[in-house]
Amino acid sequence: MTRYIIRRILGFIPVLIAIALFTFVLMRAIPGGPFDFAGDKSLPPQVVANIEAKYHLDWPMWKQFLSYMIGDDLLGEEGISRGVLRGDLGPSLRYRSQSVNDIIATTFPTSAQLGFLSLLLALMIGLPAGIIAALNQNTWLDYSSTFGAVLFLSIPNLVLAPILIWIFALKLGWLPVASWGAKPPYVLGFLPRLSQLNWDYVSHALMPVFALGTSSAAGIARLTRASLLQVIREDYIRTARAKGLRERVVVVVHALKNSLIPVVTVLGPAFAGLVTGTFVVEQIFGINGMGKHFVQSVGNRDYQVITGVTLVYGVILVIANLLVDITYAWLDPRIRYD
Amino acid sequence: MAVAELPQEQTLVRKQRSLWEEAFIRLVRNKVSVASSIFIILLALAAIFANVLAPYDYAEQDLTQNNAVPRWMLPILPGNAANYARITTDYPLGADHLGRDILSRVLYGARVSLSFAVVASLISLLIGTLYGTISGYAGGRIDDLMMRIVDFLYAFPFLVVVILLQTYFKALGRASGMIGFGAKLLAFNDAMGGMLFLFVAIGLINWIGMARIARGQVLSYKRKEFVEAAHAVGASNSRIIIRHLLPNIIGPLIVAETLAIPGYIFTEAFLSFIGLGVNPPTPSWGIMISEAVPALRSYPNQVLVPAILLSLTTLAFNFMGDGLRDALDPRMKQ
Repeated sequence: MTRYIIRRILGFIPVLIAIALFTFVLMRAIPGGPFDFAGDKSLPPQVVANIEAKYHLDWPMWKQFLSYMIGDDLLGEEGISRGVLRGDLGPSLRYRSQSVNDIIATTFPTSAQLGFLSLLLALMIGLPAGIIAALNQNTWLDYSSTFGAVLFLSIPNLVLAPILIWIFALKLGWLPVASWGAKPPYVLGFLPRLSQLNWDYVSHALMPVFALGTSSAAGIARLTRASLLQVIREDYIRTARAKGLRERVVVVVHALKNSLIPVVTVLGPAFAGLVTGTFVVEQIFGINGMGKHFVQSVGNRDYQVITGVTLVYGVILVIANLLVDITYAWLDPRIRYD
Repeated sequence: MAVAELPQEQTLVRKQRSLWEEAFIRLVRNKVSVASSIFIILLALAAIFANVLAPYDYAEQDLTQNNAVPRWMLPILPGNAANYARITTDYPLGADHLGRDILSRVLYGARVSLSFAVVASLISLLIGTLYGTISGYAGGRIDDLMMRIVDFLYAFPFLVVVILLQTYFKALGRASGMIGFGAKLLAFNDAMGGMLFLFVAIGLINWIGMARIARGQVLSYKRKEFVEAAHAVGASNSRIIIRHLLPNIIGPLIVAETLAIPGYIFTEAFLSFIGLGVNPPTPSWGIMISEAVPALRSYPNQVLVPAILLSLTTLAFNFMGDGLRDALDPRMKQ
């Protein structure tokens, strides 16, 4: 197992380098640069040339990429970055007082909280809904849960978020409209510390987390139902019942664990959906997270921020996929990785 | 003693029906998916004849009528709406912040969303089926290599890549100086309101899942007797793939593609929402929502109209996909 994990992690390296290269080259191929405008005015060409020289944008592409990966000092040049391989994602071209590392350090915790809480919500709603539906097949419980799942699958978060705001913030006035994470209580970088949890935090988080998590919850509910229905007809479930086990033990110990395998499969893509879903949700709720920053940077042509944030997304995705594969082996001992 | 009469002959011999006829009959029995299909067909007709049905042009502005609201929509607006809202009788669903008719824009927006659903799914179905079928049929080293590439691409964060591609295409569209084929392509893209590159970006990304399904299907069929028989009578590889394998594997692929359509519609709406979709003033539901969100407090109707249509459309595609799946593969139904 350890060898498998190491091999997988080694396999990620070319993927991540390819992502970096793709982003790097594509961004620089786009007409228009980060220094076309200062505020509303355009800069004189000489000034632009000087700033570009400072950030090495006048170098040939291969050299720029090399310096981005391993750092300028190793190339014997004046340094703006120590290189991605040494953990330095370079300076931001737009917010010149900040490095990309600074930007990610301030925005990532908020986005991670949002994504993590949404995944938690998705599991907390999706799993029970799917299980209840499967155990009460073809009753009103089943029908309403299945219908609710399709309904929430069909409402994208860019529709759900404004509707939630309209109902709960504007019509009813129960929840604040925006600005979650303005004063984040952090522990371990992103989880709220329990002693700091108060209604203020919860009320701000409620709508963004709900808007982001419901479609994943719906997907999980549908899959759990289908999978559990299949497992419950297996012979070993009949055997377990025949042994006289209590129904709860049969369902929880024998059926549920086996039915979770397909559910875990979608958790990888679901997680990716949550990560990218933050683009919209952060925009609408005015949350200062990584997704909002990424979309802004694309408009600003802030090459370094775009490449850096894309790499962070890449790392998150490959780690999520790896965790999914490891969970398989735990759920199904027949799956062996060597 | 009377002998019990034998039943008539025709009741004994059941009419032979093809797989597709059976599937169609099962599909028609599913009321929800029939209703969904009818909704989609009506919407498609409305989209096709948008220029006839729409009372105004989608870009036609009357700034003296901006944010106009029809009387029947007043209950949706905040309580004090009567003080600020401009009541209109000319616009059945009101006008947006630039004084454009919302009904007309929603109708033209249906064109964008539906053509997106159709073209993106056709592109990904075509590339995915071709790639997956070749990979699975060839087997061995070629299969290994082709699937390695798919695994490799699978690790890319999709939406991020689409955003980057779309940024690139949009910037290309703004920069002039392209000549020859590139310029023609750009002009065509402009004529389509920026949709061409959107198709390319999404289609190029989404074939990967389809390729995996197609390969899995081919692997499960290519050792079957009927393929062996075709080999034995000397059929060529391309004939076996097209005449014998494709008809068998196409069902699950169509189902997967139908269920993927809501995803395409979401992606288009999402890209338009962050300003990377179709070019204004071409209307799309995503753009309409994103333009109306800042005024959500005063004019929620401008968000709700495209939002509800978008959700109904994806709901219809989801139900239709479910119905199609149950019809084509009754074993899946539980």
